[in-house]
Amino acid sequence: MKTDRTLWLTLSLTFGIPLVLAVLNQVTEAGAALHVPTYVLALAGKYLCFAMLALAVDLVWGFAGILSLGHAAFFALGGYAMGMYLMRQIGTRGVYGNAMLPDFMVFLGWKALPWYWYGFEWFPFAILMAVLVPGLLAMGFGWLAFRSRVTGVYLSIITQALTYALLLAFFRNDMGFGGNNGLTDFKDILGFPVQADATRAVLLVTSALFLCLQFLVARFVVGSRFGKMLIAVRDTESRTRFLGYRPESYKLVVWVLSAVTAGIGGALYVPQVGIINPSEFAPANSIEAVIWVAVGGRGTLSGAILGAILVNFGKTWFTGALPEFWLYALGALFIFVTLFLPKGVMGLFAMRRTRT
Amino acid sequence: MRRLFAALLAIALLVLAQPCRADQAEDALTALGTPGFDNVREGVEQLAASGHPRAAVIIGALQSGLLFVNAEQALFIKQSDDAFVSAGDGTAATGVAAEDLKQVRVNNGIRNAIEAALGALRLFAPDAPTRLEAAEAVYKAHDPAALPALDQALAKEANAGVKKRMLEARAAALLSAPDAVEADRIAAVAVLRARGDIDTRGYLASLTDQPPAVAAAITAALTSLDRLAQIWSVAQSVYYGLSLGSVLLLAAAGLAITFGVMGVINMAHGEMVMIGAYVTFVVQQFMREHTPGLYGASLLFAIPLAFLVTGAVGVAVERCLIRFLYGRPLETLLATWGLSLGLQQAVRSIFGANNRDVDTPPWMSGATEVGGLTLTWNRMYIILFAIIVLAALMAALRYTALGLRMRAVTQNRRMAAAMGIRTPWIDALTFGLGSGVAGMAGVALSQIDNVSPNLGQGYIIDSFMVVVFGGVGNLWGTTLGALTLGIVNKFLEPLAGAVMAKIVVLVLLILFIQRRPRGMFPLKGRAVES
Repeated sequence: MKTDRTLWLTLSLTFGIPLVLAVLNQVTEAGAALHVPTYVLALAGKYLCFAMLALAVDLVWGFAGILSLGHAAFFALGGYAMGMYLMRQIGTRGVYGNAMLPDFMVFLGWKALPWYWYGFEWFPFAILMAVLVPGLLAMGFGWLAFRSRVTGVYLSIITQALTYALLLAFFRNDMGFGGNNGLTDFKDILGFPVQADATRAVLLVTSALFLCLQFLVARFVVGSRFGKMLIAVRDTESRTRFLGYRPESYKLVVWVLSAVTAGIGGALYVPQVGIINPSEFAPANSIEAVIWVAVGGRGTLSGAILGAILVNFGKTWFTGALPEFWLYALGALFIFVTLFLPKGVMGLFAMRRTRT
Repeated sequence: MRRLFAALLAIALLVLAQPCRADQAEDALTALGTPGFDNVREGVEQLAASGHPRAAVIIGALQSGLLFVNAEQALFIKQSDDAFVSAGDGTAATGVAAEDLKQVRVNNGIRNAIEAALGALRLFAPDAPTRLEAAEAVYKAHDPAALPALDQALAKEANAGVKKRMLEARAAALLSAPDAVEADRIAAVAVLRARGDIDTRGYLASLTDQPPAVAAAITAALTSLDRLAQIWSVAQSVYYGLSLGSVLLLAAAGLAITFGVMGVINMAHGEMVMIGAYVTFVVQQFMREHTPGLYGASLLFAIPLAFLVTGAVGVAVERCLIRFLYGRPLETLLATWGLSLGLQQAVRSIFGANNRDVDTPPWMSGATEVGGLTLTWNRMYIILFAIIVLAALMAALRYTALGLRMRAVTQNRRMAAAMGIRTPWIDALTFGLGSGVAGMAGVALSQIDNVSPNLGQGYIIDSFMVVVFGGVGNLWGTTLGALTLGIVNKFLEPLAGAVMAKIVVLVLLILFIQRRPRGMFPLKGRAVES
């Protein structure tokens, strides 16, 4: 009964608030008392995408015990797939006016589009890739790692190495993904201008929709028999194995699912912030995503969403008001949460509930 | 046999040539005095070849327009005090009036001859370095015209080093001479092959129109030189690899203690390195102000100070933070990551976000050449420093009372406690030791990297990879892991570029950990599973 209340509360808030923001932005005039400025929409959209990443991390960390320090890599790969689609939509409106090649390729003196850019002008293909590329990477990586029983800290370290390798790779101009500058200067998505208020409102609501969907899927997975197995693997992997189950298969499935949802989050993120560059692969980003989950409450799903939004809201506020204190605050948050709030903010709620 | 014969023949010719010399000098002086540019040029060339003791003086005077001739075609040199001396023997010329003399005029052809003659004459200079330089210049020019002068210089030369250069110069000139004998040419190729530097290779490769036997000798020489160059380039890569490996080792040695021995995932390890680098900066600032005389030794003061400062930070961190998180490795990871953010920002607030200048003392800059290798001193010192740090660390773990207790606690905490060891303090000191080693690494890294608040970030992933690759809890494994990674990286760099090499190494490491999840040298026994 109580868990149901959390479910409905989470769903109504994660979908309701963005919807209200979007509607207010659209129906009221600028300057009206209830008007929501467009930058708030972009910011809220960004938070929701980060929440998707956090939810993905919570799924593997909270329920399968896999602490990934490289989940932002899947997020960024999804983002790059969407970025490639958006680049192809620029067409002749780029600085060099080349219909075939994005500006940075013209600048590098390339003559033809590399083969891996084929098909990205087509939206469904780009979306497919935003799901498929992170999924396949996760499958290859997970298949290797789980099969050879790399666990715990070792796994964390190699996930970090993975995202670091990708960071270095995407920084290279020869890779054909815009090098240092990444992909930016987008014009429109599915024919609608990316910068327009209406597009932003729709993107925000879409992000909220996908977040709710991801939340429901995660809830379903966690609540199923499969989810019970995951928890068994998380708590005592060797005992589960001795009972005749194959922990690596369970881990692999949830790992790929998590990577795919992170990729979708990345794909929604890029049109709303208007840029994707290699710094998204930075190991620090992945670790930050873990702290969102820790703040909200590991293994609670709703907590991951709450944590991502809270921490990022704090980041926005701090970097505006006290820029030099943000890292202190974030550092202190890491330490405080691990030392004193092992169950996060959701743990606080739960504690209040048990007391009353 | 033929070569010996050729050598004998050359000696015989030299001996035969000896008596003619005096006449040649006379002829040369006469020619110099004879009007007409062609005569003068011939005179310069003959004089240079004659071995006349004053040849350099006379030709030098001609070059500066101080050589005069009278009606009887006798030559005089005008001194700086406007007096005249006889050109041939340098005695004061009495009864010579300036108005009776005519300056010996030169044109461009004569100027070129003068340059060449002076170059060859420097082969006879009294001091060995000048002769060596001249031999090198003649070698580079490889002009057959220098052969007679070289032969004479060789006959006189006593200094073995100069003689070797002259022989090489002679060989190079000989190969360019159209009329040289085949046997001589083959001997010359052998001489050049023994010299074997890049210029020589280029010169040998440029030689065409040689007789078949000589061409074959040249081809053989080139092949052997190329093989040699390849070996040197491999050695250079190994050196670069060792240098990178020692940097990795320094960065990872502290982690091998905190992570490897204690099992604490210290994500703030890189920041300990960074603090060590900033200690170096502060020490240098202080010493520049207060003890400028000892400034050259500032690094030697910085090393123990960095150890103490970061060691103290480490002990504090362990007491205030890490001891609450034992047995929860993933939480430790997050908390120390938070700590690293705080430390970075603290350093940024105190010292600013920009890079700070840390000087390299004079005794650490520069490079030395060993064969085909270029060894830079700062890299050499870092390799040396890494060895010392590693040896000291191993000795500390093995031979000191603290080391014994550390090993006891990590092997069996409860038994160690039962034996009366204060395990909490040992934990704190072990963590302090690891952090202190990281601080000393920071002193070394301040010499080769930018000292900025982000210094540590660049090393943290590499350090963890080194420790995991080598095998947790094993200093030898860490050493071997660091050196292997360094060398593999440097061998991949020429093939794939620096960034690609790093990516490839990371991917190889990820794959390696799949095969051996506990590194190259895993710990065995009961401690593993805990």
